[in-house]
Amino acid sequence: MQRLSLDYAAGAPAARRALAGVVGSGDLEVLLEPGTEGRSTVEINTSVDGVNDIWTAVVGRIFADATQPAVALEINDFGATPAVVRLRIAQAMESAAGRGEA
Amino acid sequence: MDTAALIARESFVERSARARVAGLLDEGTMRELLDPFERLRSPWLGLQDIVTQADDGVVIARGAIDGTAVVCAAIEPAFQGGSMGEVGGAKIAGALELALEDARAGKPVIPVLLLETGGVRLQEANCGLAAIAEIHAAIVALRAHVPVVGVITGPVGCFGGMSIAAGLCSELIVTREARLGLNGPQVIEQEAGIDEFDSRDRPMIWSLTGGAQRHACGLAETLCNDDAREIANAVSRAVAAPAREPARLRDIDTHLARLQAVDPAWRAEAAWVRTAFASKQDENGSPA
Repeated sequence: MQRLSLDYAAGAPAARRALAGVVGSGDLEVLLEPGTEGRSTVEINTSVDGVNDIWTAVVGRIFADATQPAVALEINDFGATPAVVRLRIAQAMESAAGRGEA
Repeated sequence: MDTAALIARESFVERSARARVAGLLDEGTMRELLDPFERLRSPWLGLQDIVTQADDGVVIARGAIDGTAVVCAAIEPAFQGGSMGEVGGAKIAGALELALEDARAGKPVIPVLLLETGGVRLQEANCGLAAIAEIHAAIVALRAHVPVVGVITGPVGCFGGMSIAAGLCSELIVTREARLGLNGPQVIEQEAGIDEFDSRDRPMIWSLTGGAQRHACGLAETLCNDDAREIANAVSRAVAAPAREPARLRDIDTHLARLQAVDPAWRAEAAWVRTAFASKQDENGSPA
């Protein structure tokens, strides 16, 4: 298991918390809570060792837009592929913004 | 099943534990207790380098079904095989004990258990087993006051100590995809040998431990299709029923007689098991 902490510039805090996914094979759980003004944090716990560069690239791209709502994310990963990572984070973001369901 | 019905049907088995609970409860009544943001996670998995889930794979929610107050406990099948750890087990036991207090105070809350579990979480050993024992005790105590509703739909099935919990429920609802057994196929094969039980022979496994067989043997009251609406209707009927002790829980002598009729040298076979369960104490239990 590896832990990874990332942070990014962001806009105003997200409106509410949201949950997406489960810690199942090839999947991950995203817990999204409003962050502090101007800063998003991402805490990752992953069952797969040695792929920090991929996480940094995948999550970095998602948070590249510094005007997005500020969130504090906790990710509990059980071997999700980058596509699933993107999907689950997007799902949680949409849910927090009041669009769709987690 | 025709194509239109197949397309219109919503699977229950494919849903996550939280979505299963949300689908059973009356719209707008679901109130989750100890939700994932409480972060009541397993203290043991992290020490063993295993990623935890923030709710330890158990969803507890209060709500209503057709206006009747219920407490749902659902095990997430995708997290660690639905295994029962210390925290997840304590969440279920605690919910049942609170329901017991409510029942004794004359404010009945009907427990609905969505059991999708391989049994105790081996990484947490006795801590999980202790919680399972508390769950058993609570179900037995609750049964005198309210119906205790168990649901097994698959994909995991219900095994180990939690299969006893399922057996203790006053009403058990299963699907054809469900399995119910004390030991899972691989454990039986490992202990008794491949001649006794081939854990890769899926038709044989379901023929003996599958939901349809368990229903035919009187070990489950209701057999449903994997259809969210059909399962919700079955749960709703069970919740509205009076508290009772089904015959399978009372008739100990008949069960003992059946066990005595079993010759361990035989290889178990679905048709014979059905015959044995249909027979009474005085009938011959030899294979048909």
